[in-house]
Amino acid sequence: MSGDKLTLKQKFDRWMIKHGRVLVIGLPYFWLFLFFLVPFLIVLKISFATAEYAQPPYSALFSWIDEGITITLNFGNYLFLLSDSLYATAYLNSIRIAAISTIITLLIGYPMAYGIARASGTVRSVLLMLVILPFWTSFLIRVYAWIGILDREGLINAFLLWTGIITEPLIMRQTEGAVYIGIVYTYLPFMILPLYSTLEKMDVSLIEAALDLGCKPWKAFLKITLPLSMPGILAGSLLVFIPAVGEFVIPELLGGPNTLMIGRTLWNEFFANRDWPIASSVAIAMLVFLVVPIMWFQHIQSKQEEGQS
Amino acid sequence: MSGKRSTFLISALVFGFAFLYVPILLVMIYSFNEGKLVTVWTGFSTKWYVSLFSNDGMIDAAWNSLRIGVMSATLALALGTPAGLVMSRFGRFKGRTLFSGMIAAPLVMPEVITGLSLLLLFVTLEQMIGWPAGRGISTITIAHTTFCAAYVAVVVQSRLSGMDTSVEEAAMDLGAKPAKIFFVITLPMILPALLAGWLLSFTLSLDDLVIASFVAGPGSTTLPMKVFSSVRLGVSPEINALATLIILAVSAMILLSSLLILRSERNRSRASAQAES
Repeated sequence: MSGDKLTLKQKFDRWMIKHGRVLVIGLPYFWLFLFFLVPFLIVLKISFATAEYAQPPYSALFSWIDEGITITLNFGNYLFLLSDSLYATAYLNSIRIAAISTIITLLIGYPMAYGIARASGTVRSVLLMLVILPFWTSFLIRVYAWIGILDREGLINAFLLWTGIITEPLIMRQTEGAVYIGIVYTYLPFMILPLYSTLEKMDVSLIEAALDLGCKPWKAFLKITLPLSMPGILAGSLLVFIPAVGEFVIPELLGGPNTLMIGRTLWNEFFANRDWPIASSVAIAMLVFLVVPIMWFQHIQSKQEEGQS
Repeated sequence: MSGKRSTFLISALVFGFAFLYVPILLVMIYSFNEGKLVTVWTGFSTKWYVSLFSNDGMIDAAWNSLRIGVMSATLALALGTPAGLVMSRFGRFKGRTLFSGMIAAPLVMPEVITGLSLLLLFVTLEQMIGWPAGRGISTITIAHTTFCAAYVAVVVQSRLSGMDTSVEEAAMDLGAKPAKIFFVITLPMILPALLAGWLLSFTLSLDDLVIASFVAGPGSTTLPMKVFSSVRLGVSPEINALATLIILAVSAMILLSSLLILRSERNRSRASAQAES
């Protein structure tokens, strides 16, 4: 009998072969489930609560009355969001500002990605590195850099006053234009990298063939390059658009008091007004709009992965 | 015609890179300006660096940020590596769509939503099971680990799917256990990706303002929170000095790690060329 007894190590190995796969999947699954998915359900729950002067500052949804559980749902927060035009304005502003910034980023990023993809060996690696480097350096500092440039006492105004082109400083910071500059500037690498990776994989001989057959270059671009780079355009645009809708730092530091964006509204509801339920319903309202682009983004990501392997 | 096209591309690149780099360079140059006014150059000086290092609040916040960054990058690597492995090597399993969604969504999710939702989770958990007791460094670390793990998973996954599986298959055919295959073969091959994933997580954690602001408690002010509260009031020469130090450190780190990765890839291709001949 003793010969059949397994050593601890053998037992462990058998157990690992049987359950190892579950363990490897389970650990990150559990973590992301608990710290990424469950929180949204709690936000949804608290968006139906009422604000109270308590710790934490919201009412309980479930209560025991007469040995039965009572659920008190309060739709007031959502009705309030609909009734106060401030929220609708912030909501629409965010979508508009994010959409326009995405288009500008695409217009600047596309030729850059194209140029990098067509560059030769070493030049290409250096250029690619130059795109990645700002992506790693602090986001906050890159936004901050524009304060010094666009401010009333900033570099552009100082220069223009010195040359005598203007006599009064221009107001450039605290405008919507400054928010566009900030978003385009900080998100540009997110646009260039996916564009580059689709353009780099493209078969150049297709274009050469089209040109040999007498196709005009712009037509070859529209008929071949543009459709083939569509996955990159979509991935890059969603990588810019989705976070830009909820952007807080850029409108706060570069935008004016009138530049209402939904991320800023959420922040103020939470930190300044301490109204957690309203902040939660603002978050849910934002998510409802973003769910489709986020799922689209995930779809593109998984399709690209399948194409690679 | 092609001459015209390449002129257009070159000017697009020049304009684009100028746009990306001039603002950063201006911050670096003006960090050495002697005057308090940021726009008027009054002379070269390093006094803002001196005053930065004697700012105790700033130093404490920097320590907090570094501790959180190292811890969450390490945890994110431990969680993101199996996640990337699962995505590229495990084929279909129940709940795969949800899993891939939970990896893709944190990359684009607006930070205000992630921050608020995590805070509400921590508050609810504290009410229900008494953990986490209060908020501080540990809650910020958990929050950062979560979104950094998604980045690590993507980096590892894309490295693995671009990799040849023949060595792993040969080891499997020879009867090696899956865990052994992973640690002896897969892990050394994806080491550059792991290094990149760790560094990316570390810098993302070091840089995060919004999520940390939601889940921070008293006494856990991080560097971005400190910078943000001072930048709100306008440009400050001390922040210019800090920005310069951060940019230089990050650039040095990136250059060094990409040199290391380049060298290891060159060695590998040389080794495989020798094996073939």
